[in-house]
Formats: sequence, structure tokens, C-alpha cells
Amino acid sequence: MKRAPSFMDLKDLIAVGLLAIILIVVFPALLDGFRLNLVAKYLTYAFVAVGLVLCWGLGGILSLGQGVFFALGGYGMAMYLKLEASSVENTKIQSTPGIPDFMDWNQITELPYFWQPFHSLPLTILLIILIPALFGFVIGSAMFKRRVSGVYFAIITQALAAIATILIIGQQGYTGGVNGITDLRTLHGWDIRTDSAKFILYFVNAILLLCIVGFAMYVRDSKLGRILVAMRDKEDRVRFSGYSVANFQIFVFCLAGVFAAIGGAMFTLNVGFMSPSLVGIVPSIEMVIFTAVGGRLSILGAVYGTLAVNFAKTSLSESFPELWLLGLGGLFIAVVLVFPNGLAGIWRDYVQPHIDRALKLNSKDPTDPAANVAKQAAAASPAE
Amino acid sequence: MAGPDDQLQSRLRRQLLMGIAAAPLAGLFPKVAFADTPATSAVNTTGLAVTDTEVTVGILHSVTGTMAISETGSIQAEKLAISQINEMGGVLGRKIKFVQEDGASDWPTFAEKAKKLLVQDKVAAIMGCWTSASRKAVLPVIEQYNGMLYYPTFYEGLEQSKNVIYTGQEATQQILAGLNWVVKEKGAKTFFFIGSDYIWPRTSNKIARKHIENFMKGTKVVGEEYFPLGHTQFNSVINKLKLTKPDVIFTDVVGGSNVAFYKQLKAAGINLEKQTLMTISVTEDEIDGIGGDNIAGAYACMKYFQSLDNPNNKEFVAAFKKMWGEKTVIGDVTQAAYLGPWLWKMTVEKAGSFDIDKIAAASPGIEFTKAPEGYVKIHENHHLWSRTRVGLAQKDGQFKVVYESPDLIEPNPFPKGYQ
Amino acid sequence: MFGDYSLGDLGSIFAMQGFAGLILFSVYVLMALGLAIIFGQMGVINMAHGEFMILGAYVTYFCSEFFSAYLPSLFPGYFFVAMALAFLASGSLGMLVEWALIKRLYKRPLDTLLATWGLSLILQQTYRSVFGPREVGVVLPDWLLGSLPVTDTIEVPINGVFVMCLTALITIAVGLLMYKARWGRQVRAVVQNRVMAGAVGIDTERVDRMTFGLGCGIAGVAGSAFTMIGSTGPTSGQLYIVDTFLIVVFGGAASLFGTIASAFSISQTQSTLEFFLSGSMAKVITLLTVVAILMLRPQGLFTLKVRR
Repeated sequence: MKRAPSFMDLKDLIAVGLLAIILIVVFPALLDGFRLNLVAKYLTYAFVAVGLVLCWGLGGILSLGQGVFFALGGYGMAMYLKLEASSVENTKIQSTPGIPDFMDWNQITELPYFWQPFHSLPLTILLIILIPALFGFVIGSAMFKRRVSGVYFAIITQALAAIATILIIGQQGYTGGVNGITDLRTLHGWDIRTDSAKFILYFVNAILLLCIVGFAMYVRDSKLGRILVAMRDKEDRVRFSGYSVANFQIFVFCLAGVFAAIGGAMFTLNVGFMSPSLVGIVPSIEMVIFTAVGGRLSILGAVYGTLAVNFAKTSLSESFPELWLLGLGGLFIAVVLVFPNGLAGIWRDYVQPHIDRALKLNSKDPTDPAANVAKQAAAASPAE
Repeated sequence: MAGPDDQLQSRLRRQLLMGIAAAPLAGLFPKVAFADTPATSAVNTTGLAVTDTEVTVGILHSVTGTMAISETGSIQAEKLAISQINEMGGVLGRKIKFVQEDGASDWPTFAEKAKKLLVQDKVAAIMGCWTSASRKAVLPVIEQYNGMLYYPTFYEGLEQSKNVIYTGQEATQQILAGLNWVVKEKGAKTFFFIGSDYIWPRTSNKIARKHIENFMKGTKVVGEEYFPLGHTQFNSVINKLKLTKPDVIFTDVVGGSNVAFYKQLKAAGINLEKQTLMTISVTEDEIDGIGGDNIAGAYACMKYFQSLDNPNNKEFVAAFKKMWGEKTVIGDVTQAAYLGPWLWKMTVEKAGSFDIDKIAAASPGIEFTKAPEGYVKIHENHHLWSRTRVGLAQKDGQFKVVYESPDLIEPNPFPKGYQ
Repeated sequence: MFGDYSLGDLGSIFAMQGFAGLILFSVYVLMALGLAIIFGQMGVINMAHGEFMILGAYVTYFCSEFFSAYLPSLFPGYFFVAMALAFLASGSLGMLVEWALIKRLYKRPLDTLLATWGLSLILQQTYRSVFGPREVGVVLPDWLLGSLPVTDTIEVPINGVFVMCLTALITIAVGLLMYKARWGRQVRAVVQNRVMAGAVGIDTERVDRMTFGLGCGIAGVAGSAFTMIGSTGPTSGQLYIVDTFLIVVFGGAASLFGTIASAFSISQTQSTLEFFLSGSMAKVITLLTVVAILMLRPQGLFTLKVRR
């Protein structure tokens, strides 16, 4: 690379600003409460997609187990909310008041030890970040230190997603089983079910996502990000240059996991329950698809990709549920065969040149550094 | 080959045409058409989707995903009921229009679609959900936006809501009569439970176990096993059956696992003519996939069988087959789904209003004498009084009813002594 | 739990349990063999493997309907016709897919995963639209049902024996094809060095297409055989996919022997655990063990040196 990209150059700033305007001004102005809440749900998936851009797009590590991380965050938050909803007064018809209803149905008479920390909100938030990081570290160090990569890593993470689902459904006394953890009411005394709460939560969600996007861009443009790309393309050369490849891989895998967990926690808050149907193989692959549609190398593309796929899913499945599955399947194939760089690639190849040309008429500096970076990225082939 | 969807399309089109053809006729008889059509402002004070000529309800089931296998029958039954009600003149003089949404076998999607139906479409009632998980996901939405859900599946109980009418049986209603029968008729002493691993089988088996251990003399449970949803290998548990030799195998395995279980049971030489097996999860719908040969001789315990011999049911089965094809079968849940629109219609007419609160209040005591299963009545707790029957599976995929509870059984979603 | 039983009882139960393990082993090998060829030899991750199996199952269903309606006298033998047709149907669909899709993705193995996942969604929806959302019941000829009593207490399910024989037959055929026949040498040559293989005159594209077709065809036969033990519906294929991949990966890609060994160890672990624990826990423990071992030995049980 001729010139190292600096963090948040003008172009990034404009792009992030545009996203911020769309999320914070345009959507709330145009959409009613119901649709806005839907967007909030989609945005929680975007956390995962942004993490996947770092991990898969830049690092070349395809994880098919992001649903597990999403679950760690989502269930963490749900456990806190459920405990708050299961106060002794609310649950006095149970044989053991004060514990979640599904535990009572499963003859559990005492709150299990691993639920105890979730009585406290600060501790819950801490755990939502720490547990996925730790889990990512354990999985990552076991695999990357042994140089498991590519297809093997994908399939092993997929198995993890399958195991997590079976475990959650099987241990229903502790997890709520296939129903998930439902009937969540208040967050630290604040009713999250009302329309005004949903409205506020949307903004919290959007701003948090923008922070994550900014952080991801920081990582991408730091030296770390460049080492990741180098690793993806020629792992051995990076290793021979004296870098510990495994450590970088572990770090980015953990980071993607933490992003996913934050998304999961926000999902629980916005949707009002957490369920094992967001953990398994299918949702985990869908999240990869969001990233792929957006363009696996583009952080902002991941957000737009998530929104686009989900808008399509909701509107198509409202009118043509059969068509939707065919469309989704076709989309996967099209993204892989025709647009390997997704929406971001389409934007860069077909839209951006026009904008650049229009700008060039006014601009005196024809060698805009940002355009160079974009060109370089365009030249880089997609992962593997 | 015309798929069922094509048939559906053409049928819908035909109904639509019939509806258009009927409209001028209605104009010829203004008295008949408008005599019982009260003003919209009077019957709809909360802004539901009710006009002078139409009322909108929602149908919310899985059309795609793994649950589509089971939920298809419910959708068909609900559409049949709606078209029949419309042919009779609709509800309070208004034709029922339905908005169908796909829950896609995914619980958050169910919640999303339920909210859409209530907030955007302002439906007057929702016929829908199948699994407990989907109902649990939808329930807070229905309660928050004050909707009305007619839920058709037999389920584990432990729930009661002002906003839900449970048209299927809760667990005690379904199971206890069957257990009593099998102990009395077959002299059963030992039971082995096999279920899919989620809340309904576990709760049902818990209730069955309590009943066996606490309320019946000299009977005991010799084994209890659960398998993940979708499990297809049952040879190990079949060996355990051979080891423990229970008098009764009591099963609540669901979905594709069912097919694997019964096929492997038969292959392992366990002859259901000799070995008593009682299931609470296999209806005529499931037998379609299992194959009548593989399950003949098993007993099923539920409230409805397609073979029930009464005039209501004959009429219902004929109408169902006329609409959906000669080869379709009707299971317990399908019949319960058929009750939903009818119960709603009668409740609306009793309340004289589409308002949810008035319907919720008017529901207890509603009787449906034309129900295919016989006579049903809504209880204070929004479940149905109903009879429980035991059917013996035949080779042709139908059940022969061998026992029917003499009285209507009271629904008891929070059974004392069974928790 | 064994206190109440006689030694003879226990002996026969253990014999039958061992047999149950063998049946599971055969089922796993049959499931994984097609994938082992595709994934092991070509490096393609075929997420639509389950859907190719279900295609075979639907073919079997139609054969059973056809024979019972038009050729009832030949009904007892229809299963063999069905398996042959299932092989052809899934195999030709596989070759079509290879030609239209997979061919373009050999340099991007992770992308084959996404594309074939898309393909699996399309196939599922196609099955649902064409065959209806409900499961179909495949009627089996009488001789495939029931069991052979060996002693008073030991009974051997006939369809289990049938699956075992079928698996053995197909495995031997594939083994001969891959290691003795000219075609197998070509496949292995392409796997080891595509450019050199092309240089010595092997039509690599044709070899790829035939290999993919063979793998899918075997999946079709597996699906056809599984109508004896499992369900046939639009989404039934998904039930098999995780197990199948784990078996192939655990065995070490590119090694047919590894696939067989891994199917053996996984099936024995699972059926033993199932006997002592509940079904759910047995499954979780088996999967966890497999993943744990894979973390310690990521290349799988047996590996061949292949081009990277």
C-alpha cells in the first residue's frame, strides 16, 4: 500500500455522518412506531454484521457461530430483565415465588448460582461484554494456536451453534427452553414495553451502533487492521515477519463476538424476549449473509446490507412468503457469483465514479487520497 | 401436478367471484342483509378494522420453515370457517376479510407479525400460533395492544389470559381421562415416557407421572426419556423398552421425529397390536407422514378424530374435503382451529360489538352446538369444556374411537396437585 | 438399573445395543460418504447436501406411489428401482449445479458454503411448492419391515440389515472406483495438482463434474434408504447436515477411511451414551467431545497431504 489509510478521513466522516442522519433523523421522521421498532430489531443484527466484517472480511475468519455470541449477550440481558420481572409480588401464585416462572414449572425451587449475578444491572452489562470475550478467547486460542482456519473453523463454529441450541432447549429449567425467556417488563424500574420506551430504545440502539461502527473503522484503519488484511492474503508471510498470527486472529474473533453480544443484548431490550431460534445454524448463517450482501469488506455496507435484506424479508414475506425464500436463496447465489463485494461493491463500481466525476469538475485536487484508497480496496480480491 | 398452493389460489379466486356474484343478490333483499347490521360506530368503539360491510381478522401461522408441516391444516380450517361464516352472511352483517401472515417457524417473527396485524391492520381477532413458543412470543404483544387470539393447539396449560381463547385442550384435560382408561381397560401397571425435549412433552409427562404415582394405585413409571427436536435415531431407547417391558409406552414425540420413531419401533419387532402404546401427539396429520401400517394398533388420546360419528362432523369433513381436496386429512388441531372463527363470531354477536374488552367479557359461556367434536363451551378461564376420546389407529390412517369421556371435562390450566 | 435383570437378558440387550450402534454407524457412513467425496476431494462445502438426500426420498415416494398404482405385482422390488432413480435424479441435479454454480467458485471455498446454502433454501421452497408443505408417507414393501428373531430375546430389524448391506456395498464400490479404477486416479490427480493433471491430458472440468455428481447421487441413494427410518418433508434434509459435516471433518477430509472411522467412533459414542443417559444429553456430550477433539487435533483423525 502506498499510503496508510488514516482513521476517519473526510470520506469516512461523510459516510458515517450520512448513516447517522439516516438512522437518527430520516427513519424516525418517516416511520411509524411499529416500523421503527422493526428497524431497531434489524439494527441489532447489524452489530453482528459489523463484527463479521472485521473477522471475516478483513481477517478471513468465517465464523458460522455468531449466533452463540448473540445469545450470550441476549440471554444475559434477558436474565436480568426476567429476574426483575419475577419479583416476589409478581410471582406469588407460583409454588416458589421470586424465581422466573419457567423455573417454577420445571420444579426448580432455588435460583441457580449462575443466575445470581444477573440481579445487578452493572454486573449484567459487564458480563454481557466479558463472557463473550472469554468464550471467544477460549475457542480462538484452542483453534488459532493450532492453525485451524478457513473451512474447518467455519464448520466447527457451526457445530458450536448447533450444540448451543440443543443445550439451551434441553436445559429448559435454567434457560426457558424452546420458548426462550419471555414476558420481560422493566429495565431498572423503567417499563420497556411502552411505545415511548421503544422510541427511546431505538435511539440508544442507533447511537450505540454508530459508536461500534466508529470503533470498527478505527480498528480497520489501525496497524492491526492492516496486519489482519495481510494475514488473510498471505498468512505465512506475516508469520515469518515475526507477528503472532494467532493472537491477532484471537483478538478480532473476540471483538466480533463482543459486538454480536452487544447486539444480542439490544435485541432483547427492543424485542422484549430472547429465544433459542436466534442461536442456531440458520440465524448464524443469515448474519453472514447480511454481511455478504453489504459487502464483506465494508463496515457501513454491513449496516446497509442488514437493513436491506431485512426490509426485503419483512415486506416480501408479508405478501409472498413463498417468493421470499426463493428470493433469499437467489440473493445468496447472486451475491457470491455476481457481486462478491455486495452493496458496497456496487456503490463503488457504479455509483461512486459518477459522484467522483461530478465532484472532480469542482475539485482542484484530482488525486484525492480517499479515492485512491477506494481503488485499492476495489482491486483487492474478496476473502479467499 | 397442481400443488396445493395452486388449488388454494384458484379456490380463493372462486370464492372472491362468488362473493362478487352474491353482492347484487344481497341488494335485492335489503331487509335480510341490513336488518341485523348495526352501525359501525356502535359496534366498534376502539378503532378496529371494521367497516359497514367488512371486518378484518388476521391469520398467523407458519407457511415456511419446519412448522409449516403442522400448521398447514390449521390455516385450511380457519379459511374454511371464515368462508362458511361469510356464506351465512358474516358477522353482525359484515363479511370477514382475512390478512394472512407467515410466522416462518421463528418466534420473533411471530411477535413481529402479531404486532403488525394489531397495529397496522387493526384486526378484530387473530386466529393463529401453533407451538407454545410462538404463543409465548405473541402473548405480550396481544396483551399490550389488546388483541384477541384464538389458539388452536393442545398445550401444556399454566397460562390464562383475557386476550386468548384456547380452543385446544390443556394437558390435564387431554391426558387424565386417557390414563384412567388405559389403566382400567388394559390393566396397565408400568409406564415408559418418551418425548421430544421441550416444554409441552415435559409438562404433560409431569402431569401424567403425578397422576400415575399419586392418584392411581399400584402403577409406576419405569422410564422417562427426551430427545432433541428433529432426532431421528431411536434404536437405543427401543432397546430400553425391550429391557424394561413397560405395559404402556406413553409418547409425546413431535414433528419429523415421530416418523422415525414409529418406523423404527415397527422395524425392531415391537408389535403395537400386542404392546400398548398411547400417544398424545399423533393426529391424522402425523399419520400421513408415518404411514398407517407403521402405527396401526396405537392409541391416541385427544378430543377429536376425523372418524367421529356425528352429523356435525360429517358435514365438516365433507366441506373440508370439498375445499381442500379429497386426500387431505383432519387432525385434532385442525378441528380446534376451525372452532376459532366460529366462537369469535358467536361471541361478537352475543356482545353486540367487536370491541376486544366486550368480547373477552362475553366469551365465558359461549356454546357451539355445531362443533365437529360435538358440543363445546367456553369456560371462565377462556379454555373450552370438551370431551376426551381415545382412538385406535387403523391401517388406513384413521382412528377408531374406543372410548369417549361421558361428560364434558372442565379445563384446568393450573391443576392443583400436579405441579 | 440392571439389578432386576437376568444375565441372559443383559447379554441379549447388550448384543442388540451393539447392533443399534452398527445401524447408526451405517446410517452415518451413508450420510457422510457423498459429502466426503465432494468436500474431501474437491474442497467444496455443499450445504445443500441434505436437500439432495431429500430429493432421493421424494423420488422413492413417487416410485412407491407409481408401483402401487400401476405395477402392484412388482411392488416388493420397487425399492431397488427407486434407489437407482434417486441416484440418477440427485446425481444429474448435482452435475447441473456444478456446471451452473460450483465451477465458478473453486478458488473460494467459503463462498461455496454461502451459495449452496442459498441453493438449499431454493430447493426447500421448491419441494414445498411442488410436493406440499406436509410430510409424505413412503409405503415400504412388506419384506423390508419387521425383524428377524435370532434368539427369543434378540431381534434384528430387517431394514437395519438392509442399510448395513447397502452401506457396505456403496462403500466398497466407491473405494474401488477411487483407488482401483482409472477414473479414481484422475480424480486424485486433479485433487493433488489441478494444473499438472490438466497438463497430462485429464479433462479436469469433466472430472470435477462427475465427482460432484457422484457425491450428490450417493446422497440421493442415502435419502432413498432413509425413507425406511426417517421422515420425508421439505425441511427434513436440515436434520442431517450438522452430523454429516462433523463426521467428515472429524474423519479428516480427503480420507474415505477417516470418514468411516469417524462415523464409527461417533456412532458408538452416541449409542452407548444414549443407553445410559437421556437422548438430549447424549447428543450434547457427543457433539462436545467431537468439537473438543477437533480443537486438539484440527486436521481430523486421518489426513492426507493435499494441495493448499
